[in-house]
Amino acid sequence: MFRKLSHFSILLIVMVAAILIMWGLTGTDFMSLGNFQSMAYQLPELGVLTLAMMIAMLTSGINLSIIATANLSGIVMALILTKTFPPESALINSPWLVVGAILTGLLVAIIVGLINGFLIAVLDISPILATLGMMILLGGVSLVLTDGYVISGFSPTMLAIGNKDWLGIPVPMIIFLACAGFMSLILNKTPLGTRIYMFGSNPVACFYSGVNNKVVLFRTYIISGIFSGIAAIIMISRFNSAKADYGESYLLLTILAAVLGGVSAAGGFGKVSGLIISLVILQMISSGLNLMGISNFFTLALWGIVLIFVMIVKYVIDIRAQKRWNA
Amino acid sequence: MAESFLSLKQVSKHYVGVTALDKVDFEIYQGEIHCLVGENGSGKSTMIKIISGTEEADIGSWIEIEGKSVHSHKAIDAINRGIQVIYQDLSLFPNLTVAENIAIGQYVANHQKIINWKELHQIAKKAMARINVSLPLDALVSEVSIADQQLVAICRALTHDVKLIIMDEPTSSLTKREVDSLLNVAIDMKTKGIATMFVSHKLNEVLQIADRVSVVRDGRLVGVYPSTELNDEKLTVLMTGKKVEYSRYVARENKNKPILECIGLSRQGEYKDISFKLHAGEILGITGLLGSGRTELALSLFGIHQPDKGQIKFYGQEVVIKSIQDAMELGIAYVPEDRISEGLVNIQSVGDNIIITTIDSLVNRFRLLDKNKIRNSIQKWVKDLSIRIPSAESPVQTLSGGNQQRVVLAKWIATSPKVLILDGPTIGIDVAAKFAIHEIIRDLAQKGLAIIMISEEIPEVFNNCNRILVMHKGMVVREFDTDLTSQDEIGNYVNGTY
Amino acid sequence: MKKLLNRHETYVFIAVVVFSIIITIINPNFFTLENLFDLLKSYSLMGTFAIGMLFVLISGGIDISFTAIATVAGYTIAVLLLNVGDHLNIYMVFLIAGSIGIALGFLNAVIIHVFRIPSIITTIATLNIFYGLLTVITKGKWLYGFPTWFGDFATTRVFTLYSAHGNPYGLSIITVIWIGLVFISWFLLRFTILGRSLYAMGGNVNSAKRAGFNIFGNTAFVYSYMGLMAGIGSVIQALLVQTVAPNSLVGKEMDVIAAVVLGGASLTGGTGSVIGTILGVTLIAIMGNGLTLMHVPALWYKVVIGLVILISVGVSAYRRKMSAHKRVIIEND
Repeated sequence: MFRKLSHFSILLIVMVAAILIMWGLTGTDFMSLGNFQSMAYQLPELGVLTLAMMIAMLTSGINLSIIATANLSGIVMALILTKTFPPESALINSPWLVVGAILTGLLVAIIVGLINGFLIAVLDISPILATLGMMILLGGVSLVLTDGYVISGFSPTMLAIGNKDWLGIPVPMIIFLACAGFMSLILNKTPLGTRIYMFGSNPVACFYSGVNNKVVLFRTYIISGIFSGIAAIIMISRFNSAKADYGESYLLLTILAAVLGGVSAAGGFGKVSGLIISLVILQMISSGLNLMGISNFFTLALWGIVLIFVMIVKYVIDIRAQKRWNA
Repeated sequence: MAESFLSLKQVSKHYVGVTALDKVDFEIYQGEIHCLVGENGSGKSTMIKIISGTEEADIGSWIEIEGKSVHSHKAIDAINRGIQVIYQDLSLFPNLTVAENIAIGQYVANHQKIINWKELHQIAKKAMARINVSLPLDALVSEVSIADQQLVAICRALTHDVKLIIMDEPTSSLTKREVDSLLNVAIDMKTKGIATMFVSHKLNEVLQIADRVSVVRDGRLVGVYPSTELNDEKLTVLMTGKKVEYSRYVARENKNKPILECIGLSRQGEYKDISFKLHAGEILGITGLLGSGRTELALSLFGIHQPDKGQIKFYGQEVVIKSIQDAMELGIAYVPEDRISEGLVNIQSVGDNIIITTIDSLVNRFRLLDKNKIRNSIQKWVKDLSIRIPSAESPVQTLSGGNQQRVVLAKWIATSPKVLILDGPTIGIDVAAKFAIHEIIRDLAQKGLAIIMISEEIPEVFNNCNRILVMHKGMVVREFDTDLTSQDEIGNYVNGTY
Repeated sequence: MKKLLNRHETYVFIAVVVFSIIITIINPNFFTLENLFDLLKSYSLMGTFAIGMLFVLISGGIDISFTAIATVAGYTIAVLLLNVGDHLNIYMVFLIAGSIGIALGFLNAVIIHVFRIPSIITTIATLNIFYGLLTVITKGKWLYGFPTWFGDFATTRVFTLYSAHGNPYGLSIITVIWIGLVFISWFLLRFTILGRSLYAMGGNVNSAKRAGFNIFGNTAFVYSYMGLMAGIGSVIQALLVQTVAPNSLVGKEMDVIAAVVLGGASLTGGTGSVIGTILGVTLIAIMGNGLTLMHVPALWYKVVIGLVILISVGVSAYRRKMSAHKRVIIEND
């Protein structure tokens, strides 16, 4: 309990520090409504993808194929949105086409999740290798589907998802919060959630306790796939296009954000609340630096530094707690 | 009188708030086979640490080696003075060959940089020759048996100029035949003037060949005895400080139809032609050596491996148990032998460990977890089984062995099983806590549960069971009514010497 | 024979042979010295990275940051080449790039060992730090126009042959450098206590501690060695394309890890060999090359590689499962 709390409190302190520093450096711009809104448009993409990564990490696995899944799912959506009817047809702007495209895209993401689950649960391939292979394979399928080109030009309904707001709250933010709420519900309020945490700490003992480990793994990677598919909706809508290699740099960032949020690299521990704070910290740094006109790449470096800093602080606290325990 | 190799004089070790050792005098002669026995937490592991130099004794203690007092006794000094420890986990490298495992330590110790593979094989062969064993030098350690791995660890110790080998719980994972060959190795080392110290928490085979036995309890040396003067009962009294009366359990008279019946159950390479009946309210004992098929039979009843032949009947109906889920559906529960890795999710909370088996029933009508139901369930089992915990949130690993086992029992009793299979229910648990666990088990039987108790400790099954099946090499060699036999007779069947 | 069948390398070798035969049947140009020398040259970069990665994986760790390390080293030497290129020679270039690689690798090792942060987390963070800072400082500018001696070295051949059309080809000096690294690495892993202790540490780190191995020393060595290979790789990359761009390597980490894993190294540590790694890289190389020669559109390349990886890890998972199954059968004679 002490350990979990302490990670959360370190995060809170870092978050407050990030706000104050960015405020101090950028002046009132940072605390403006406009800046908060733009942050709220940017955070959800990485946020939903991080949820997809997090659930795999909780089972002491990893899902390297989330970005490739999102791209494939987004490409399928984009193909349906742009290629099912001739451009002059009225149907191409129908909201029902958007619904159909999204559902098909999500179905693709679910199928990918099923395949990942099969590779990991049934064939017993380690998650990192199974999803690495899937990442490369799916990237290839996306390339073949698109010939390596960008598919762009969606209907206003589709664009609204990524770019409109509802009562001042950007739609992507609403989607992210819904996903985070859903994830939190699964982890804290369903038998599956308890099993995920238990499995992540000791799959053998779970097996001997009558937990159907295969089912847990299948569901984990299907949920991970669904989140990837939802991220795809936000991504293609915001970019107004889909492509085989969008967002590849997000992959390692999702691991970074999850670990920063307190998800244990060894599995079994991690909460959605920590993850949200971690995403907010990363977004604050990014937006603050952006306002100061500092390169995005400096943001990357700073994110890496913050991660190592938090891990070191955690290590020092752990060591002290251990010493107290021994004494 | 033999000459002393190592002696501890007035050795104490205090950790903050805890006295691990209190003025212990302890001596090992050159070329002696010595047993050090004591319960968990008696101080025997602290003694190993001090002898091997990984911990330093308090001021006022002193250590003599070959009659001379030594000032500093760090790990490297201990090795240079000819002391080697073989830990319970053996500390081998599974991915390296037997030869490398034996010889690599010498290269490191000599600060050599380059390996000469021929020379490395020579070193390994020389070590093997010292104890007259032959191991496949080019096989990976992960490919050889546990017994051979133990020999690898001994050979590795012998590459140093060794005078004392300490073996921590060496026989716990060996079959009878493997133990015998280990004992022969110890006798062989004795003829070469190498002393062996066996460390154990229970009386076992090594006692037969030991010269002397030292017993420790609560950080003090209780006494040193010639092994011929000791028997099981006497040793238990020395180790626990209590006169232990094993009370016998007598089951209710039971003329009902059996709950579980096995007819001619066989599985290739594991067990053969097993038939027995199990009634409500009964505790059926299954005993046998490691590798006798006792655990494998249990795993089949729990749906983990399917038998090749034979029938399982449950309340008279033939059933096929294909998975653990099937077994649970029928009402069969299994407490595994390895509590730490199979029984519990050690780093998660006591509460989650208790509810994991029944979690699907602890939900509300939206199929979401019901906090109240969960809390009530945890509280009920913590109270019923008197589990002592700071809070339901505490990780299981902070509990004592006895309390951990209660958590395992709790999670299975919570499923209201008809048949409870206990595999090694009190392994690694102190004597007092052991009896408490036995009380719980008897109580469950009295309430009508049918229980199978698998144990290699004959007193445990003898005193708790109505009937005992003795397994040997995969077969049931004899069924005993415990009223009509003795522990010695059972022991003969266990060892196949009938 | 039985021993050979137990080795992962054997299966990769068979795959390499089978694919080579298929490709040669379809397009005989594959099995020509010209093509093979060309392949060896162009895959020496991946081969160099893969060797460094092999050491890290054997010791039980992983390094994601090596592409960023190579980028930093490559950019540094490119700047030097452009400014004081006439005072430099190829040895100095390798020395500088190698030293930068070692220094950054050592930094990884310190963070991993001292603060007990898992290697994957540490190196994801340092990847972003090295890469981010470099791109900020350099503003992402591409560098080219190196001194002529640098270009000349890149086209140096140990011996030269001429094709039917009169085109010169031969064994490139770059390939020779790579082969040299392979031999050094093979020797280190096979014949030194250091190499064996890396296997030991990857197999069981607690036993390694008890046996008196220097764990920090080993950790520092593997990450520095990875760094050295990244540094050397950066020079090879600069030689091959005569251009240094900050974003040309980052993002390719997983390809290298995939090649090493194809070659039989385990992500849990303790296994892997130089010969396996070479075979893994070879398999990827001939597939990329073979698809081109078989006139399969380049778009299909990733699909094929992905499938090969999944089949390979699937087969080894299956074999592991089978041997584990054999092990539970108890002895009762």
